[in-house]
Amino acid sequence: MSTADTPQTWDEFMEGVWRQNPVFVMVLGMCPTLAVTVSAINAISMGLATLFVLVCSCGLVSLMRRFTPKEVRIAVYIVIIATFVTAVDYAIQAISLALYEALGAFIQLIVVNCIILGRAEAHAAKNAPMPAMINAAGMGVGFTIGLLALGVVREILGAGTLFGVALFGAGFQPWVIMVLPPGGFFVLGAWLLLFSWWARRRPLKEAAQNV
Amino acid sequence: MSAPIEIRSAPHVQSAKTVETIMRHVVYSLLPICAFYVFQYGVSALASIVVVTGACLLTERFFVGTGTQAGRLPDYSAVITGLLLALTLPPGFPLWMGAVAGIVAIALGKALFGGIGFNVFNPALVGRAFVQAAFPTAIATYTPSFLPGRFAEFIPSTHAVPLMIPADAALWLKAKSLDALAGATPLAKWKFDGVLANADELLTSLSGHMAVGPSPLLILLCGAYLASRRFMDWRIPLAVLGSAALTAWLLYAFDATRYPNPFFMLFSGGLILGAVYMATDMATSPVTPKGMWVYGALIGLLTVVIRYYSGLPEGVMYAILIANAASPLIEKITQPVPFGRGVLDRVKKRATYPLNPGYISREEANAVTPKKRFLPNKPKK
Repeated sequence: MSTADTPQTWDEFMEGVWRQNPVFVMVLGMCPTLAVTVSAINAISMGLATLFVLVCSCGLVSLMRRFTPKEVRIAVYIVIIATFVTAVDYAIQAISLALYEALGAFIQLIVVNCIILGRAEAHAAKNAPMPAMINAAGMGVGFTIGLLALGVVREILGAGTLFGVALFGAGFQPWVIMVLPPGGFFVLGAWLLLFSWWARRRPLKEAAQNV
Repeated sequence: MSAPIEIRSAPHVQSAKTVETIMRHVVYSLLPICAFYVFQYGVSALASIVVVTGACLLTERFFVGTGTQAGRLPDYSAVITGLLLALTLPPGFPLWMGAVAGIVAIALGKALFGGIGFNVFNPALVGRAFVQAAFPTAIATYTPSFLPGRFAEFIPSTHAVPLMIPADAALWLKAKSLDALAGATPLAKWKFDGVLANADELLTSLSGHMAVGPSPLLILLCGAYLASRRFMDWRIPLAVLGSAALTAWLLYAFDATRYPNPFFMLFSGGLILGAVYMATDMATSPVTPKGMWVYGALIGLLTVVIRYYSGLPEGVMYAILIANAASPLIEKITQPVPFGRGVLDRVKKRATYPLNPGYISREEANAVTPKKRFLPNKPKK
């Protein structure tokens, strides 16, 4: 799968990564975003698990779009998504039990993640498999980036480590609040602030250049 | 050179009492308290006050500089936040954590809401709540006051390297051959060890080796100055202290062996400081006189309840933050009835006003201005 053969495909991919980023722009899927981003490794695994489910289920939904009855489409999507979530669930359990326990119920809860259902309904059900999967991959990468942005900040301040590697030596004073739920809200708020500032700056700059 | 145009928040009333004047006088009234605090704890307390206030001022400067909020730097409000925040932190609190508290106080507690006059919660308490949740050990580490050599030597936890765990103050006390229990606040001693301090000792804070804040008596005096100059409403502190005393007294009368006497409740911890300086923050307390009583009573009640029935020894901070959150609601339900309106209107208005914010403006649009009548200069005999 080549994503960059035409500019349009690349655009489709970048749509989810940047302009429609599920965490920073659409503010979707807040449950896992706030709950599992205590450490960078948790964040990236959650992001990759969601990415896998997103791409596979959007591909399948798109393949089946011609003969899915309109009345039961949501049920069909949920069954498809649940199939892939079960696969991811078992895979993570097999790879690392510690990670599985850290992520807890949030792996199974990918089933009801609104990003996935949203993509299936809004994009995959109306497009051919290839564009649908590219769009889904962009969304998944955007979600992973969002989770990682939160996880990195929370792990550095909350534990003094990054991907489990100690950054400050033994005497680091952990900020307990950063691994608690309020820390998640504060960091998410700070990123949203920063992101909207960036997003607002660009049109202003372009306007200033045009004048 | 033309005068700079200032954009300020309402009310645009011509008065000798500007925001600057009020804030400046609050700072003046805080200075004796800070001086007493430095006298109690020495250079560590001084460094803490300077660093926390400095962090608040720099953060305020940054946010005012971005032009996204009302207010100017010389209105002293950030100084008040800084001084109050420093007074609520332990004297040996690491300076870098103090700076974090100051930055969070202004950025999260004030700037994000739009600056002075727009904040929902007391900024100083937002900063303190943040560091309380982030560094629970450091914020519970107190050292006794009036230690010998306090003006020559820092408490070792003060100059901790940023982001690093501060030195253990308990070991330092032991080296000075002082009991480790001396480093606990009177409230913590009561809560965890059942030791009750005398109310007169607490009132002056002058007896040595007690881990207490500035003298409640001094704070009350400074508060009385502010109230007499009408820079602060006397109703709120009175309601807070009255309701705390009443709740504590009721419980004490119910079971004197289990609950401490109401004087201990009043003069220990930060209740007096909170009642006089933090609950009375103009932006975060109700403006209606009736509302002030309700708001103050809520703080007093919550403080005593948190102190008695929660895992924390002190509850003033959370009590005030909760009451701040309730204050817009209190304000709405205690709106005074306009003159000439009956009981029925009052009931109707109470039911509709919170749902219909346009109520007042329509009233004002239809209002008829009374005709001017010229009164004779002297009444005829």
